[in-house]
Parts: sequence; structure tokens; C-alpha cells
Amino acid sequence: MSDKQPAAQQVDPALAADTDAPTPPQDVPSQLVETQKPSLFARIAGGSIGLSIGAALAAFIVGGLLIAVTDPATQAASRYFFARPLDTLAAGWSAAYDSYVALLQGSIFNPNGRNFTQQIRPLTETLTVATPLIFAGLAVALSFRAGLFNIGAQGQIILGAIVSGWVALNAGLPVIVMVPLILLGGIVGGAIWGGIIGVLKARTGAHEVILSIMMNYIAANLLVYLLKTPLLQREGSSNPISEKLGENALFPLLLGPQFRLHAGFLAALLAVAFVWWLLNSSTVGFRLRAVGANPNAARTAGISVASGYIVVMALSGALAGLAGAAQVAGTEKVLSTGIAASLGFDAITVALLGRSKPVGTFFAALLYGAFRAGGVSMQVSTGTDIDIVLVLQALIVLFIAAPPLVRAIFRLPDPTGAPRTKKKKSASKAVEAAA
Amino acid sequence: MSVVATQNTKVSAETETGGVKNWKNPVIYTVLALLSVFLIGIRAPEKTISLGISDGVRWFQAEPLQINPQVYGWVAVVIMLALAAYALVTTNTGKLLGRWVAPLFWLTFVTGLLVWAIGSTAKPSLSLVSLLTGAVALSIPMIFGSMGGLLCERSGIVNIAIEGQLLFGAFSAVLVGSLTGSPWAGLLAAMAGGVLVSSILALFSIKYLVDQVIVGVVVNVLVSGLTGFLFARVLQPNAPTLNSAPKLPGFEIPVLSQIPVIGPVLFDQNVLVYLMYFVVGLIWFALNKTKWGLRTRAVGEHPKAADTLGVNVNRLRLMNVLLAGAVAGMGGAFFTLVSVSAFNSDMTAGQGYIALAALIFGRWTPVGALSAALLFGFSLNLQFVLSILGTQVPTELLAMLPYLVTIFAVAGLVGRSRGPAAVGTPYVKE
Repeated sequence: MSDKQPAAQQVDPALAADTDAPTPPQDVPSQLVETQKPSLFARIAGGSIGLSIGAALAAFIVGGLLIAVTDPATQAASRYFFARPLDTLAAGWSAAYDSYVALLQGSIFNPNGRNFTQQIRPLTETLTVATPLIFAGLAVALSFRAGLFNIGAQGQIILGAIVSGWVALNAGLPVIVMVPLILLGGIVGGAIWGGIIGVLKARTGAHEVILSIMMNYIAANLLVYLLKTPLLQREGSSNPISEKLGENALFPLLLGPQFRLHAGFLAALLAVAFVWWLLNSSTVGFRLRAVGANPNAARTAGISVASGYIVVMALSGALAGLAGAAQVAGTEKVLSTGIAASLGFDAITVALLGRSKPVGTFFAALLYGAFRAGGVSMQVSTGTDIDIVLVLQALIVLFIAAPPLVRAIFRLPDPTGAPRTKKKKSASKAVEAAA
Repeated sequence: MSVVATQNTKVSAETETGGVKNWKNPVIYTVLALLSVFLIGIRAPEKTISLGISDGVRWFQAEPLQINPQVYGWVAVVIMLALAAYALVTTNTGKLLGRWVAPLFWLTFVTGLLVWAIGSTAKPSLSLVSLLTGAVALSIPMIFGSMGGLLCERSGIVNIAIEGQLLFGAFSAVLVGSLTGSPWAGLLAAMAGGVLVSSILALFSIKYLVDQVIVGVVVNVLVSGLTGFLFARVLQPNAPTLNSAPKLPGFEIPVLSQIPVIGPVLFDQNVLVYLMYFVVGLIWFALNKTKWGLRTRAVGEHPKAADTLGVNVNRLRLMNVLLAGAVAGMGGAFFTLVSVSAFNSDMTAGQGYIALAALIFGRWTPVGALSAALLFGFSLNLQFVLSILGTQVPTELLAMLPYLVTIFAVAGLVGRSRGPAAVGTPYVKE
């Protein structure tokens, strides 16, 4: 997000031209912020935490409006809107409110459960759903830090799932050996698929975004193809689905058989720690960040940019492949064509929300895991379609990616001490008009 | 990219002087020709292919062509081996290969494979006309999509959001088409829907300088979620009134449609196909022959230079991105006003990404992108036709082809495909 900084500086000198633009009276306090050192409040409210909260809030408001407007009861009440406008508003409010409450109850804690197991079950579901998102989010975040846009997590998850699924179905070893072996399978599959992108990028200069989109589709077709061959297809089945995984090939459950939470979550925690160490305390990580920050400077400093690309794409692919392994041997317990769902694309939003930092990505994955887990029960109990979750997810990222927009909506001060975006926007308009 | 560019110019400079022998193509030809000996030569299917060629033309009635895959296979193999040998010898003597070698080789290879694939189906009898007609129809969304991508990318904005533009176009088309009962209103709504998606792309990438790839990806997620949500909440419960649009009509163009094979394929189509001819022609003309086109290309290659000469870079980019939305939206109308008349969630099924692939494979030119999209449409239709005929060739492997050739294209294995220089870089006036 560093490319936002020059933008702000760009506009500032032009503010002088803005004096004739109409200034709303609310802007006066911001003039104080401009001249004085930014206050603590300004730094918190305008900093990344304030922005994240603001972005989430804005997304929830838009989503709520969407739920309200499409709600049948609200639409019925709106037919006599001019007679009793409050009815429409009340119906819309309750539709949105009910949906969000259901989302919350389905993702964290369900007070209506008969016993504690049922009450706490949503939280464990959230963690289960978040597990592959953590892996895949880390994969995308790592590539971001090296200046690469790995859109190909989807394909790498699929390849990880294929290899780990094959291992899980064919190696009849005790569970203590199987779990590392399956994880290794995921790592190998994903690393190969990501590595191909890295090699092609390093050797030919082809753009990784294009390469990874194409590799996604090749992987998806490869999965369907392999699931129709004797290599993976269930015996006697005509559908593209594998045998169910044996007991020895399943990740151990962490909280007993009542919950789906499996050991993959622990592996995901380890992966967070590993990526944090890699980026912050290792030589490799330093090189990757250098390549990401400025490839030319890195090259001058003697860091091989080409091998950096290959390493980071292989690492990134390996992490995404682990998501595939967790899906096969943890959550789904079978290899099917929908094994990767839309995890690879969700992972991009996770990494963006987590600002490409390991811990941030972890919490972003938890949030989106909660959305997913809660979305299912929201759809069941209130009839609000789960696709609203995608809308929320996308909106949050869009808002976060454009700090000036969020600051403008919530009238947050700019932490750099520059005047508020409302003003900046009109200033840039003035610049455009003048140009 | 700059490193690659310099390497590239160096290589071409060397080949021009004949200093370095370029073994890449001869080796590729040799390998493929040798593989072909085993596949389409030795393992040629025995059944004779019957290929209908006179459907839809009244004055010209001919018997279906009978093709023996074994004869054709061996002829193709011999031609390929000869070309490979010629390429090896020519390169060894340090001369450049003639420009006719590559097209001839690939044509022989692809037709050889096709004959082999069709011959090995259970009942190898099909109509060439319907095979090609279907291919043209299926490539409509990809062609419109790649034209939308072209308008954006030639002015320096990456358009990953083609998928979203198609999907939202399809959604608005069905909604307005059903409400008004007019497919033309639906088509206009599709364009408006595409523009709406474009305006998000423009707002965030031009105004807020967010990375264009990121915006594109996120916009696709947003549109997928939004249309899926509205489909389940609004369209599905009211399907008869909101989700059943009348279809766009098709008609025959009088004289032209009577040309054998080509006539019915190109001139007895849906009106959206004719619109597509017009749009592609217009974009080609505008891009190459008008002031706007020159400015667009300048802004895509070197925005600073264009700005110095008085072009308003960001305003031009904004205009082109919005225009791209309208064009891609028309492609979205194919799904709900031509193909089927009801919307379904995520019904574009990644075709926006294939459109992007076509744009790249077509080297960012209108004619190239058109040809690539037609090729991809053909391979898409071939999958359907082959699976109807009962093929042994896994359709998934065929489905991979567009993506594989795109990778080969961007990686420079089959020619090099390089985009506008300034694509992806936001322009900030200094």
C-alpha cells in the first residue's frame, strides 16, 4: 500500500489552488490538525486500525442496505411507504439486523444451543473454515512482500490437494507417519505449481498474474481429469470423486469427535510463526523483501532477483499446497472437484486485509472464516443468501485499499497531518479541471 | 520487463546479422513431428470421417467429404517431417527460416490432431458448418471481453475485471430484458452494467491509485457475490417476471449467407454476432486511424510523453475504461439474451479470464485478439462436439489448451507477446 504515499504528496502542493473551492464548515477542525502535530486520536483514528474498522463498518452498512432492500417484507412495506414510512425502515432494519445476528451466532457463539458443545460449536467451525484460509492467505501475503502477485493460489491449492490426496489414498501407514507425509505432499504439489510460475517469470519475464491465472485453470482441469482416471477415481463410481480417506490418513481432531476442528489448525499456527520468522529474521526473507521493495536496488546489492522470484513462488505455492492438504485430510476427508472451492481467491482478499503481514493475515483469515461459517447458518435461519459474505469480503478490501475513501466517509483525520481527504478529493478535482 | 526487452532486442539484432543460430523453432518442429509419427501416423484410427460441408446453403449441395484418418495422418506426418528437416538444415547453414514455415507447420499439426481426434470417436460423422457456427457463437463473449480488455490495456489500465463486466452485463441484461420485454433494452442494460463495473475499476485504479490487478480481482469477487446474492434473493423467487428475458433475434444476410461453408457460419447468425463484427471493425479503425487511437496508444506506452503533448492522461484512461465496460457488457448479454434466457450465478464460468488470455495471445491487437478468441471458441465447441460424438480424448485436456497456448505465448515459446509498456502503472502528474 506504499504507493498511496506519493499520491498524497502529489496532491498537497496543489492545495493552494483549492482556496476558491467551497469548503464545508466541518472542515475547520482539520485545519487545526493540518497546522499542529497530529494528535494521538488522529493517529489512532486515521492509522491502520481506524481504517480497518472504518472499512469493515462501511462494508457492513452497504451489505445491510443490500439485505434490507432485497428483503421481501421490506418490499411489501415499501408499497405503502408514503403512508407509513417507518414500517419500511423498521422492516429493513430488522432484516439486516437479524441477518447479522445470525451471522454472529453462526460464527462465534450460539446462545440458543442446548448444551455448551452446541453453543461453542460455531467458534470451532470458524477455526476449521479458517484453517485453509490461513495457509492460502500466507501464501499470497508472502508473494506480495516479494513484489509478486500470486493470483495462482487456487491452482497451487488444487495441486497440493491432488498430491496429498494421492499420498493419503495410497500410503497405508500409521497416522503418526501419515500426517507429516500428507503435509509434505501438499507442500510438494503446491511448490511445483508455484515454482513453474516463478521459473517462467524469472527466465522469460512473463507476467506472473497472467501465468498464475492460466495455471489455475490448467490445475482445475487437471484435477477433473485425474479424478476420472483410475489413479484417483473411486472404484465403481462414474463421478469424478476419490475414495473416502482411511482413518489413518485423517488429521487428528483437536477437540474430540463432536467438533470438526483438526490438527491442520495447529499446522496453520506453525505456518504463521514460520512466515513471520522467514520475513523478519531470516536472510532469505530479507532478500525477498529487498527484491519486493526495489528489484533494481536488490540486483545492485548482489541479490539474484531471478532466483528470488523462483524461491518465493515455490514457498508461496508450498503454503497454498498445505491449504489443499488441510482440505483433503482435515475438512473434506475426500478428494473431489470442488476441493479448493474459491479458497484461492478468498486468500487474496485475506492477504490484502491482513496487509501482507503474517499475524494480520491470520486474523483476516479468522474473520473470513467466521463469515463463511456464519454465512451458512445465516442462510439457513434467515434466508439471506451466503453470497452476501462475498460482497462484504470484497467491499472491506476495496475500502481498505483506498484509505482516502474511508477517511472521507467517516471524516477521519489523516495521520500524516495532511488535511482531510474530502479536501484532497476536491483539490485533485481542481487539478484535473485545471489540467 | 525492461531486462527482457533488452534481451529480446539483442536476440533479434543477432538473428538479423545471422550471427547466432536460433535452434528453438527447428527443435520444436522436430519433436512435434516425431511425436506425430506415433500418434497421428501409427496410431491413426481406422474409421473414415464424414464431414458435411453444404448445410444451410440452398444452391450448393455436395456429398459430405470422406476423410481417411490413416491417409491424412501419414500425409500430415510426412509434411511435418519434411518441414522439420528443412528447418534444421536451413538453421544449420545459418540462414533464416522463411515466414511461411511456421503457419504451414502449425496448420498441418493442428488439422492432423483434429482428424485423429474426430476419427477416434465412436461415430465420426459431423457437419463442418455446425461445428464452425457453434464456435463463432461461443466465442462472442470472449471476443467482446477481449475488446473490452484491449480498450483498457492499450491505454495502460490492466483489466482483470473482464469476468465481472461479463457477469454483471449478463445479470443486468436479463433483469431489464425481463422487465421491459425487449431484448434491445436488455442489451443496453448489459452495456450499462458493464460501465458500472468499469466505473468501480476506474474509481479505485485511476483516482485512488490502488493496484489495478488488485482492484480487478476484488471487483470480480464483488460482482460474483452481488449477482449471486441478488439472483438468490430477487431473481429466483420471481423467475417468470424477472429472470426470463426474450432472446435477441438472429437473421440471415441475403446474398452473403449463400457462400458455401463460410456463408452460414458468418452470415446466418444472431444479431449480436453482426454487432461484434461492427465493434471489432470500429475498434480496429479507431485505434489505428483516429486521433483518439493515437492518443490511447501513446498513453498506454508512455503517459508522460503524452501528457507533455497536452493529452489528459487520466481523463482518456477513464473514458476508455468506461467504454471497455460497455463493450464487455455486450458480451455479457450473450449469456442471457442469446445462449439461454435466464441468469444463473457465476454463469460466465471464467470466460472473462479466457478473454484476457485471448487478448494476450492476440498480442493486444484487435485482429489478433479476435482470431485468438475465435480459436478458443473453436476449442470450446470442439470439446462439446467431441464429447457428443463419444471421444476417447479427455475433454479436460482439450479445455486446458487455451491456457497452455497463452502460457507459451507470454513465455515466448511461440513468438513473444508483450503488452503496452505503461500497463498497470497509475499515472500521477508531477
